[in-house]
Amino acid sequence: MSVLVYTENWDGKFKKVSFELASYAAKLAAEMGVSVSAISLGPVEDSELAKLADYGVGRVLSASCKDYNSLDNQAIATAVAAAAKHVNASVVILAQSNLGKAIAPRLSVKLKAGLVSGVQGLPVSLSPFTVKKMVFTGKAFANTTIHTAIKVITLAPNSFGVIENKVQEAIEKFDAGLTEADFTTKIESTNKVTGKVLLNDADIVVSAGRGMKASENWGPIEELATLLGAGLACSRPVSDEGWRSHGEHVGQTGKIISPNLYFAFGISGAIQHLGGVSSSKCIVAINKDKDAPIFEAADYGIVGDVFKVLPQLIEAVKESKS
Amino acid sequence: MKILVLIGNVPDTTTKVKFNADKTAFDTNGVQWIINPWDELALTRALELKEAAGSTIESIFVANVGRSETEGTLRKALAVGADEAIRVDTDPKDAFYVASQLAQVAKGFDLIFAGIEASDYNGAAVGGMLAELLGIQSVSAVSGIQIESGNLKISREIDGGSQTLAMNLPLLAIVQKGIAKEPRIPAMRGIMMARSKKLTVVAPMEVETLTSIVTFESPAPKAACKMVAEDQARELIRLLHEEAKVL
Amino acid sequence: MNFEYSEEQLMIQQAARDYAQRELIKDVLERDARSEFPAEHIKNLASLGFMGMMVDPKYDGSGLDAISYVLAIEELSKIDASASVIVSVNNSLVCFGLEKFGTEEQKQKYLRPLASGKKIGAFLLSEPEAGSDATSQRTLAEDKGDYYLVNGTKNWITNANSASTYILIAQTDPDKKHKGINALIVDKNSPGISLGPHEDKMGMRSSDTHSVMFTDVKVPKSNRIGEDGFGFKFAMQVLEAGRIGIASQAVGLASGALERSIAYSKERKAFGTVIANHQSVAFKLAEMAVKVENARNLCLKAAWLKDNHQPYGIASAMAKQYAADIAMEVTTEAVQIHGGYGYVKEYHVERLMREAKLTQIYEGTSEIQKIVISRDLLK
Repeated sequence: MSVLVYTENWDGKFKKVSFELASYAAKLAAEMGVSVSAISLGPVEDSELAKLADYGVGRVLSASCKDYNSLDNQAIATAVAAAAKHVNASVVILAQSNLGKAIAPRLSVKLKAGLVSGVQGLPVSLSPFTVKKMVFTGKAFANTTIHTAIKVITLAPNSFGVIENKVQEAIEKFDAGLTEADFTTKIESTNKVTGKVLLNDADIVVSAGRGMKASENWGPIEELATLLGAGLACSRPVSDEGWRSHGEHVGQTGKIISPNLYFAFGISGAIQHLGGVSSSKCIVAINKDKDAPIFEAADYGIVGDVFKVLPQLIEAVKESKS
Repeated sequence: MKILVLIGNVPDTTTKVKFNADKTAFDTNGVQWIINPWDELALTRALELKEAAGSTIESIFVANVGRSETEGTLRKALAVGADEAIRVDTDPKDAFYVASQLAQVAKGFDLIFAGIEASDYNGAAVGGMLAELLGIQSVSAVSGIQIESGNLKISREIDGGSQTLAMNLPLLAIVQKGIAKEPRIPAMRGIMMARSKKLTVVAPMEVETLTSIVTFESPAPKAACKMVAEDQARELIRLLHEEAKVL
Repeated sequence: MNFEYSEEQLMIQQAARDYAQRELIKDVLERDARSEFPAEHIKNLASLGFMGMMVDPKYDGSGLDAISYVLAIEELSKIDASASVIVSVNNSLVCFGLEKFGTEEQKQKYLRPLASGKKIGAFLLSEPEAGSDATSQRTLAEDKGDYYLVNGTKNWITNANSASTYILIAQTDPDKKHKGINALIVDKNSPGISLGPHEDKMGMRSSDTHSVMFTDVKVPKSNRIGEDGFGFKFAMQVLEAGRIGIASQAVGLASGALERSIAYSKERKAFGTVIANHQSVAFKLAEMAVKVENARNLCLKAAWLKDNHQPYGIASAMAKQYAADIAMEVTTEAVQIHGGYGYVKEYHVERLMREAKLTQIYEGTSEIQKIVISRDLLK
């Protein structure tokens, strides 16, 4: 019996979320009294694989075939299922990310394992295995029991945190038995967002809304995000107007995020927007309208002109860094 | 080519979420039901593809799992332009149960659209499960889909960028925002003709559920927002650093 | 009695609401400020089937009942009464009369493009010296054998510039008084037609209103609607139906103002609490809601009678008079609830108030409706 983590990598490096998954899995395995292991798909150097041991996962299965980089849903699900059988997994943990959401349901069917996605923190009970997940887009939580022998969960980002816990590494080559023909997803082009913090990975998110008035006013928003090492986000009207890309839209029909710190500049806070950000640990709202609903959800607020507040904030952050 | 669009029946996104007294069930009193927003965008894109010049799409089906009271949602999909509807007559118990029910009616379609998640239980599971049950390929986080001289071009979002893919049929596309600009408003004639379109009711299969919701919890009430004056940015940074400890 | 809407009626209401709240809202303030015709919106509304809602699909209409029409006009008017009056005039003053009284040939030629919204229509009744008193038409349509020769001026014509087809009410035989009046279908680009300047109105500013001058305009006999001398009866029947549209518009103005007031009073704080918690505001909202509900029910009753082929002239007069009057009251109260914000354009309610005023005046003033109602009571 064991807990298995499906790690995600990018250009041969683990994404931050993989270390959070490892931290979580190590803790869960300890509570369950079982072993823990990880599966890594695609080319990742041993030195990188060994980093998982810093977070409590020593045993790492590595299938380094580059075909996995096509993120072929069917093939990856097959490989993770094979790994789960190999380590006799009773719980498989994935990230609640684009990739995790794509793989987990297929894996659930393959393993005849109940799936709960977007799990918040450790299980509320191990027997029966019950986890807490967000429902109604942040307006409530549901404690959900998985009845099957094997369980598949996806962990909501930032809901557990990264915890160092050094163990001995043990890296194994793993062959899931796939051939080239099993990969049918053909990538024609990839447009990587470089130099930017991934929204799902970000500890801090700087978000702006219609109060910014026009796309050309985003300069200080981007500057603040760069200073803080933050991800960029926006409200729905902003992406609908085409001021920013859909990829930045957070809210009920966009991305649901839960950073440690969320800045909302010129966002009134429609219920649909709050649904996508309300599980952030700390929300800071800057809005000219003191009655804007965003202040109901915020922990800290400034009633004022975003164009006046932004430069001051940028200065204050620079000062605090120096 | 035949397209199937999976349709979820969900509470209107402005609904105040309430539960029964022992917090074991969602209180549906006074709730307005709508097509799950992602499913509605998927349907819009399917219609655009069908209407495009040189399209080889013969028909667009919509399907859901639900009791008769969910037929309004299916008829809305027919009013918007879907050709036929299928309803599996049972309560949607969990994602695996729903996917298994859909699997019996989803065979024989070339392209299946599913929304990336439903706005009620946020499971993000039915589409992928259905693909696995049907044994067909899936692509998730799809934000664009084109058919160019019979070839399928898919844009998907990945964690850290986006990709353009060439995919073969059959395929299940799990779509998110961006797939269509905005949901289509049904024309009056479409609304009046929706009732005359075929809506097939299918009996459910015997399927086990793998998960069940024990209790619901409402989020803890938020403490009042601490206000900082407009010219006190430095103070805000101090609070975030020392009090909230998030900087 | 059954107060439940059908699934189709609810879908139609939702479709109108979606279009209004998603599209019309985007530029409604700008169009009001610039007095700009919503050409693109009318095209979109036409493709959705809103321009010939009640016309039989065989003439390219949508085949809806009058209840659906009431619900759709209310939803459009909550956001943009200028757009809704363009829609309402085309539907109930132009398409309705053509479908009910036109010949098959007239329907094929004129009704089809109007019902599908490819063309827009206008209804020309008011004159500089004959507004509410429709019997004293000064515009002449002389019988010249196989055509009528039209001379005169029509005032306050909605859609005057954007329309391609006019329904003109004119006097052929002044000796016969109202029995000498005819209704004629006139192509707007006929030689001899000219428009007065765009009227700079208080409200409904994005609908185009002009006076229309006729100088020796020839109209073929085949364009007369009904028998010779049918024009006055025609106009009265058309106005009976038109009142349902304007009454629904007034309901929309009032319910739009009410919705905005409810939202505002739940957000705006005064004396340490949201103003909705102040009884003076809460009671105002209650009174507004009762008025809106009453007015809507009057509209629905008139529509129900029409759908069931029963006389609805009195019911539509009651609906028009009451809805218009309460629209004025409710929108004024909405401005009051909004306080200073209510007096600036950004918050919309001042515009709703300006627009509401017109519903008491056009297509029969509130006073005319009272004449219609009281004459019926006292006959």
